[in-house]
Amino acid sequence: MSENVPADLKYAKSHEWVRLEGSAAIIGISDHAQHELTDVVFVELPAAGRKVAAGEACAVVESVKTASDIYSPLSGEVVAVNAELAKHPELVNSDPYKAGWLFKLNLSQPGEAGQLLTAESYAKQIAP
Amino acid sequence: MLKRTPLFAAHQKLGAHLVEFGGWEMPLCYSGIIEEHKAVRTAAGLFDISHMGEFAARGPGAAEFLNFALTNDIRKLQKGQGQYTILCNERGGAVDDLYVYRIDEEEFLLVVNASRIDADFSWLKQHLNVFPGGGAAELKNRSDELAAVAVQGPKVAAFLDHCFPASSQTAAALPKNSIARFNFDGSIVLVSRTGYTGEDGFEIIADAGLIEALWNKLLAAGQADGIKAAGLGARDTLRTEVCYPLYGHELDESISPLEAGLGYFVALGKGDFMGRAVLAQQKAQGTARKLAAFKMAARGAPPRPGYSIWSADGGTQPAGHVTSGTQSPSLDIGIGLGLVAPEFSPANTAVAVDVRGRRLPAMIVARPIYRRP
Repeated sequence: MSENVPADLKYAKSHEWVRLEGSAAIIGISDHAQHELTDVVFVELPAAGRKVAAGEACAVVESVKTASDIYSPLSGEVVAVNAELAKHPELVNSDPYKAGWLFKLNLSQPGEAGQLLTAESYAKQIAP
Repeated sequence: MLKRTPLFAAHQKLGAHLVEFGGWEMPLCYSGIIEEHKAVRTAAGLFDISHMGEFAARGPGAAEFLNFALTNDIRKLQKGQGQYTILCNERGGAVDDLYVYRIDEEEFLLVVNASRIDADFSWLKQHLNVFPGGGAAELKNRSDELAAVAVQGPKVAAFLDHCFPASSQTAAALPKNSIARFNFDGSIVLVSRTGYTGEDGFEIIADAGLIEALWNKLLAAGQADGIKAAGLGARDTLRTEVCYPLYGHELDESISPLEAGLGYFVALGKGDFMGRAVLAQQKAQGTARKLAAFKMAARGAPPRPGYSIWSADGGTQPAGHVTSGTQSPSLDIGIGLGLVAPEFSPANTAVAVDVRGRRLPAMIVARPIYRRP
């Protein structure tokens, strides 16, 4: 199995990815995570305006097999969620790094990003 | 250390997503649970079920002993026929649920759940030892030497016989729940018209050394019809849609077959058998809980085992709990089975399922939840 871990993203140990855009961040789950979960059938996203702390469970991805908590890798306020997932949760499987994104944060503590994993160290973590 | 079936290398070759199941390292899926599920509903799917256990019971006293140990009436079985049955404890709880086949007049084959092989075998041995005339029956655990596959789906009967060109009979002509010996490349295998998916299908039991050749032959024979290797994920969604119980969920040592809605397989009139006193009382007085099937009212988070089930108008006590729940790939909505207080079990009763603190509306429905068109 060749793991797809884009180099321009940061990662959390709990398999979320982070795309940093200035003081904002877009968050989703890694290709490895979607593969482990199998077919995604429902995604529960945080309400816009919710303030989340790094490490806080704030979304749930449901596959045929199981429900998995998604932890916010960083602290901030939810400013957008991926509304497409309500109709097409399978985007998390088919396009985890782009169309399958979950939510966007305005970061309250941008410095936390320094503690995220690089693509290289995340790839090492998930290596079989 | 997880156990592996003789098909482990075949699963790896197909890129299976492997998971732990009842002490075994088994394929959860290959191409995807939903895709495999739909292949079984519309064409054909091939499952490794080698983890399941096989016991042979033979001798002039075998039928009498099994009829005491199991709830269904084994005297109904002609040679070559099988039946679903339950192994109960004295309290009417299920030690296991299984299939028993009458292979010959005095020879039976029991196919049991993987996680229950040791528990079942020692239970049966222990009761055989004290059974009057038990010396006239011999019980053998053949689980390690035998392997098995299930090949399921509406198109299977059309190609299965290509695997057995030297057999004198055809699998396509086997009646439901029947079993027969077939010639596979010069060796004898057992083919039964049974399954756990709600589709037409077959299960094939063979010596462990033959199973990989049989697996490959089945994939080749079904290729033109779209056969797919299918894993435990699809096995679970398929059986949930048709409301077949899964041991550890709808049945366990504290759940009786009557509570689980399996009264059809409990022959209270056949004479004494293990658990009969409690089961007869449950039958007469009704059970305190009943298995019911339900469908969520809207698409959303699927129900999961352990979630509580509530009356639609609230209340302070739950009506019961979910024993199996998933997103139905055929119906594209959350479905499940649950043990509920009897007043909530009739079809068309409105209920709510507690999903992480939110009560989502659901409806009790007649079983099976999915019926093939």
